[in-house]
Amino acid sequence: MEGAAPVLEVENLGIEFRTRSGVVHAVENASFSVEKGETVGIVGESGSGKSVLSYAILGILDAAGRVTSGRAVFGGLDMVRASADELDAVRGRELSMIFQNPRSALNPIRRIGQQLEDVLARHTTTLHADLRQRAIECLAQVHIPDPERRYAAYPFELSGGMCQRVMIALALACNPALLIADEPTTGLDVTMQAAVMDLIGELSQSRHMATILITHDLGLAAEYCGRIIVMHAGHIVESAPAADLFRAPRHPYTRKLVLASPHGRVRIDELESVPGGLPDLRRADLPPCRFSARCERRSEVCERLPLPHHARATGSNVWCHHPL
Amino acid sequence: MSTLAHARYVMSENPLTLAAFVLFFLLVACALFGPSLVPYDPLATDVAAALQPPSRAHWMGTDSLGRDILSRIVVATRLDIGIAVSAVALSFAIGSAVGCMAGYYGGGADRIMTRIVDTIMAFPLFVLAMGIVAALGNTVANIVLATAIINLPFYARVARAEVNVRREAGYVEAARLSGNSNVRIIMLHLFPNIMPPMMVQISLNMGWAILNAAGLSFIGLGVRPPAPEWGIMVAEGASYIISGEWWVALFPGAALMLAVFCFNLLGDGLRDLIDPRMRT
Amino acid sequence: MSALLEVIELSKRYAVGAAHSGALQRLRARFSGQPPAPSLLHAVDDISFTIDAGESVGLVGESGCGKSTLVRLVTRLIDPSEGNIMFAGRSTAVIPARLFARMPQRALIQMVFQDPTDSLNPRYTAFDTIAEPLRLLLGMRERQALAREVATLAELVGLPPELLARFPHQLSGGQKARVGIARAIAVKPRLLVLDEPTSALDVSVQALILRLLADLKARLNMSYLFVSHDLNVVRLLCDRVIVMYLGKIVEAGPAAEIFSHPRHPYTQALVSAIPQIGAAVQRPRVRLEGEPLSPIDPAPTVCRFFGRCPRGEARCGETMPALRQVGPAHTAACHFAEGST
Repeated sequence: MEGAAPVLEVENLGIEFRTRSGVVHAVENASFSVEKGETVGIVGESGSGKSVLSYAILGILDAAGRVTSGRAVFGGLDMVRASADELDAVRGRELSMIFQNPRSALNPIRRIGQQLEDVLARHTTTLHADLRQRAIECLAQVHIPDPERRYAAYPFELSGGMCQRVMIALALACNPALLIADEPTTGLDVTMQAAVMDLIGELSQSRHMATILITHDLGLAAEYCGRIIVMHAGHIVESAPAADLFRAPRHPYTRKLVLASPHGRVRIDELESVPGGLPDLRRADLPPCRFSARCERRSEVCERLPLPHHARATGSNVWCHHPL
Repeated sequence: MSTLAHARYVMSENPLTLAAFVLFFLLVACALFGPSLVPYDPLATDVAAALQPPSRAHWMGTDSLGRDILSRIVVATRLDIGIAVSAVALSFAIGSAVGCMAGYYGGGADRIMTRIVDTIMAFPLFVLAMGIVAALGNTVANIVLATAIINLPFYARVARAEVNVRREAGYVEAARLSGNSNVRIIMLHLFPNIMPPMMVQISLNMGWAILNAAGLSFIGLGVRPPAPEWGIMVAEGASYIISGEWWVALFPGAALMLAVFCFNLLGDGLRDLIDPRMRT
Repeated sequence: MSALLEVIELSKRYAVGAAHSGALQRLRARFSGQPPAPSLLHAVDDISFTIDAGESVGLVGESGCGKSTLVRLVTRLIDPSEGNIMFAGRSTAVIPARLFARMPQRALIQMVFQDPTDSLNPRYTAFDTIAEPLRLLLGMRERQALAREVATLAELVGLPPELLARFPHQLSGGQKARVGIARAIAVKPRLLVLDEPTSALDVSVQALILRLLADLKARLNMSYLFVSHDLNVVRLLCDRVIVMYLGKIVEAGPAAEIFSHPRHPYTQALVSAIPQIGAAVQRPRVRLEGEPLSPIDPAPTVCRFFGRCPRGEARCGETMPALRQVGPAHTAACHFAEGST
């Protein structure tokens, strides 16, 4: 796909939150792009800014949040500067999102078939008479057994895994070009998790849909993503093809994350933790590298100079003064 | 953050809460010190000066027996607030105890309690209060009792619902593992955690209780003249409105309104103050 | 040698549906001449296993398999419908759950909860939370002694002493988890049940807490019953693993063996679903379609996994497979498990 424009291009995005205890610099200088059909994972711990980043792209940031710099261009439209009408036209149709808690994302007092029809009616030109049929087709595409009967079900009648499938059906009803999945499998069992991720993978492949998978589970990202972006305290610190990231992480934080993950470890003392905690993002005097306080490779330049970007032809990028 | 610092924060965020607290302290001050600060003896009659409009001598005018209305209103605070506080305290104590037990144990106890509460609520509450006072006798103690009974259902229901929600919480199970008996769990783990919603209930109830006491006195049950009480004063003044002596009924009515308003606002402020989650 | 915990044919059934409640139904039944047949949800069905002193046993299974119920039975928070639980040679099942809080065994079996936020009383400081079992179960009343003991516990779990005066909402997830662990080990239990203790925590904090748990187990010589849906974690911390499905044990054996040679199709699906980062040889994925069968009034002659199992045959719908030996200390309940896989 050389030469084709990326589906999403984020440049130098900065997001702040005004709170009663100060301004939180939630995201700073985030830049990445997503190509057509690609699956990109954004990995980070809670507080890393990964969810906030996607909310900003979709224009659903909290009222206290503000995009202070940069752009997020999707299909020619700068999402952070678009008007409400422009956003409405794109969201749900070209750009969709699925959320963490599937049950809370579905309206508990409406049947799921009707909720699907709402989306179809709003964003597609499906005739009213055909809505029901199309909704049932959508349910079948996400492998919900007996879709005709489930069409009339309420969300409380479905299990967590099925609710997640319904949410996927809602998100994909209009064949978007980009799907953002925010922790779609948290709270699901391992087998259900695998089934949901397989489904997303299969659908994105058949429709050439790009996917952004936001997760704190490194193993999950490694299994299902082609490329992984690692975030720490509002900064993107590394971005590389999944296999490379695990075999040879270049950022000290990424390395720590890999070592802290229980995947594939045999003994408990092989597990390492990341020392220290997140810096207070309300501080006005945050150093250019927000990981420096916890990093064993820290030196004097890390506190002073802005972060350099080291890129390789393999597609591996790291923002660090002392990459591994 | 200390309690004081948090209190200051809550007040600064919401000026209405601050106003409510100021008003509350004013009411309490009137109740405690009123009788010694008023310019005139609330019971002293002076027929010559009857039905005088508000003037420099009598800021709120005088009533049909020449008594200074301002003095009577301030002194009445003690009685009205006293009745309301006693009734609400009684109601709260019994209602929340019963509600907690019903919500925690469930089963038969729950069913019995719910039926009793439903029965009380089936009556028009004011009529029930009237009935209780009429049956038991026309005393202040009985007003307190009647008001307490008709307010019981609110506490019982809120307590039951809140305990029901928290009954399966992790910390309740953990408390069992730590060796707590059921009674200890209700008293130490569940009850303190249901206080924030109960606080709002208490405050709203204070407003109702005052209105209730005033209402009963208005129709002649309960507090008897010449004791100064807002309800009686409004009753006395009602007949004079047509003839143009508006101040006899208005000022006591305004006092009632302010007191109820104050307690309603107080409820929200208190809940913010008590809920530890709001502390940072 | 006698085991520390012995669970013998334990079952827990809940009555569900309209038939069980209400005088009206009983009245109706009396007039119609038939007793109402209540529908029963088999949360835990005829489970037997043991835990030796110092052993760490993992319990895995999907949500709804009965792990939570089993855990609450073992910790005596609820009463079993049938069966026995022997702890240190004495039966604990005969003591009703509501009286268990006063028994001396209460202190010997403790639990660490899944959600650190939910399991701490929002109005108790960390100190109060940790001190409460000391006061109630060990009878420690004297303030100095309590303060000393709580400080020791805080240090043991890596909780900075200045955090003891804080309320839960002022603590981070990892700190709350430590408070929960300190509370559980305060009374020096011999069996510690851990109900998904790290699933609500971030990866870096998880590593710390897991290492802490491993360290504590060795230091305080406790046995663990470690419930988790994260198989990687179970593999790290546990000597033996029990796999549950719809209230029954489908496989049990040494942890390494279960992961390398799972014999029950459900275990095979579980193990194959674990994301594998850069493994040299990828395991083939066993996909599970559909939903589990209903736990309400399950047919006693049908394997619980039948219908969802990729290997179902006629005999799976006719005879319930028994838990049979398939290797040294390795059992599985499957008609196909014996012989080669």
